[in-house]
Amino acid sequence: MANALPSTLLDEALDGKGAAVFSTSPAADGRMILVEDCVETSGAFVVHHLLKRCLSPHSSDVVVFLSFAHPFSHYDRVLRKMGCNLSVQRDNKRLMFLDMLMVERLGRDRGKTSEDVFIALYGEIQKAVEVCLSHEVGQPITVIIDDVSLMEVDANGSSNLVLDFLHYCYSLAAQFGCSLITLNHDDVYSNEDRPGLLLQLEYLADVVIKVEPLATGLATDVHGQLTVSNKGIHDGSGKSRNKVHNFHFRIKDSSVEYFYPGSKT
Amino acid sequence: MAANKPRTTSFSRNFSAASSTAPQAPGLKHGPNGTMFLSSGIPDLDKILGGGFALGSLVMVMEDPEAPHHMLLLRNFMSQGLVHHQPLIYASSAKDPRGFLGTLPNPMVPKDDKSRVHETEQEKGLRIAWQYKKYFGEHNSESQRDGKSEYCSDFDLRKPLERHFFSGQRIDCVSLKESADLATFQENCSSFLSQTPRDTGNIAGGRIAIQSLCSPQCEFSNKDWEMLSFVRSLKSLVRLSNAVAVITFAPSLVSTAFSKRLQHLADTLVSVKAIPDEDKELAKLLTGYQDMVGLLSVHKVARINTQVPAILEATTFSMKLQKRRSLILECLNQAPVDGSNGTSYASSGSCSGSSKTGGALDF
Repeated sequence: MANALPSTLLDEALDGKGAAVFSTSPAADGRMILVEDCVETSGAFVVHHLLKRCLSPHSSDVVVFLSFAHPFSHYDRVLRKMGCNLSVQRDNKRLMFLDMLMVERLGRDRGKTSEDVFIALYGEIQKAVEVCLSHEVGQPITVIIDDVSLMEVDANGSSNLVLDFLHYCYSLAAQFGCSLITLNHDDVYSNEDRPGLLLQLEYLADVVIKVEPLATGLATDVHGQLTVSNKGIHDGSGKSRNKVHNFHFRIKDSSVEYFYPGSKT
Repeated sequence: MAANKPRTTSFSRNFSAASSTAPQAPGLKHGPNGTMFLSSGIPDLDKILGGGFALGSLVMVMEDPEAPHHMLLLRNFMSQGLVHHQPLIYASSAKDPRGFLGTLPNPMVPKDDKSRVHETEQEKGLRIAWQYKKYFGEHNSESQRDGKSEYCSDFDLRKPLERHFFSGQRIDCVSLKESADLATFQENCSSFLSQTPRDTGNIAGGRIAIQSLCSPQCEFSNKDWEMLSFVRSLKSLVRLSNAVAVITFAPSLVSTAFSKRLQHLADTLVSVKAIPDEDKELAKLLTGYQDMVGLLSVHKVARINTQVPAILEATTFSMKLQKRRSLILECLNQAPVDGSNGTSYASSGSCSGSSKTGGALDF
């Protein structure tokens, strides 16, 4: 009892109501989760939450974390407050952290194009996946990308390159049952008439988690609202339906409170 | 102040090294989550941001295209660095960026400071209940005054920075006008930042100030992605060193998508706006309108090593020049809705600012 993870509204929305096992990875069976946020409200906490769930002692997931946004020390500090030691997980080979703040510079110095860098990066991911699958216990693998819009910057604005990369990662899901979690900023694309990258991502994703500020402005006890649209929920009759959950959240250092609008006293 | 106390948490490993060098680095202060702050040069902005700019953060200032208010922020930021003997890079699209150093403000002499304290004492009789919020922080600010002279100075915008502050300092001035791309400047920055690495015990805190990054004078101003990748690599460089970079840019000169991307890259995001001279409606709505020179909004506060967002009590502040000398930021005080006679409220509203006698009766 004590060591069961407390399930939150977010977990329920991800897994479908009444899902019995919360100990499995958040994106089991090759699902793809897309987190969208905006300047006013950062969606990083959702990524932290998912990362923590992947690395929880109940799951046997291996995480490949592509960080374009922050160095390892940042995630280490944040996750440690949530009760998850990333350094230990990295030593246990459960976490493979690719710090793209550094790799990018290495690539630049050698005069590589961004395409070379991306190909090399995909190679690393693929190798990690194959190594994991060669173990006798097939560990599920989750690839987390934080965040896609910075990837575009590294690709010098070529969203096709980024899309190719993501498609390759997605195909890993089909081939080996990996899951993919990506963070993107949707307000960046709000003025484009055909935001190809965002639309593609939304099409591919099984779950889209949208993080928005409250329409009424900033508040100290409600930090924003989450909209989780889950495409992959199967009801008894074998049909899948789209289910949308909407709730508010409040971020704390050790955890995040989720609650339905107005239900907080 | 709490910053001077030795920490006893489990994260105290670096503090022992830091506190031994603290006397040499008066311009730094410990913040939460193992971060260090350096001062923005504006005492009120430091207070709003919870201590100052976090070391390793990228600060973006969104300009008002028609007013030079971002220069006020830049000047104070740079002056503060020079007062603390911190190395500095300044880049702008002007032909002679070194000339800008001549416009930096000088720290106020302590004598003035005393008179200011004295003045607030005198004005105590004028307090009116609906402005009580203004006085909440007063006790703190006065007890901080001793420490403040070290960490953050008050600057006198009318006096140029004294010459001795420039001597023996590392000040690089770069003109972005001639260079066709940002690669050389990026190399400048990285060699500059390699002198203030993160892991050594000697923490000094460097400052990078870039004025009007996207201004059309620069040749690269139409290469959005090049600028973005420059800002991105600057961000990652700064993150791994003990420096703060302040970049100002005019969002109206670039596309919305590009501006949003820049805003996402920023750790701390601030925008400044001038206020129209004779906006009668606004003047009726806000007290102390006559003294305001502009509005400053805080959109984002750096969140390093934590996921909790900083929720400020107010996000928009009025910029005022106190006695035309020092820049202060104040919460906006909405005048009470009293159609018959707002004048008496308005004149009392400026009691902490410089109330020009009779000036309040303009409307």
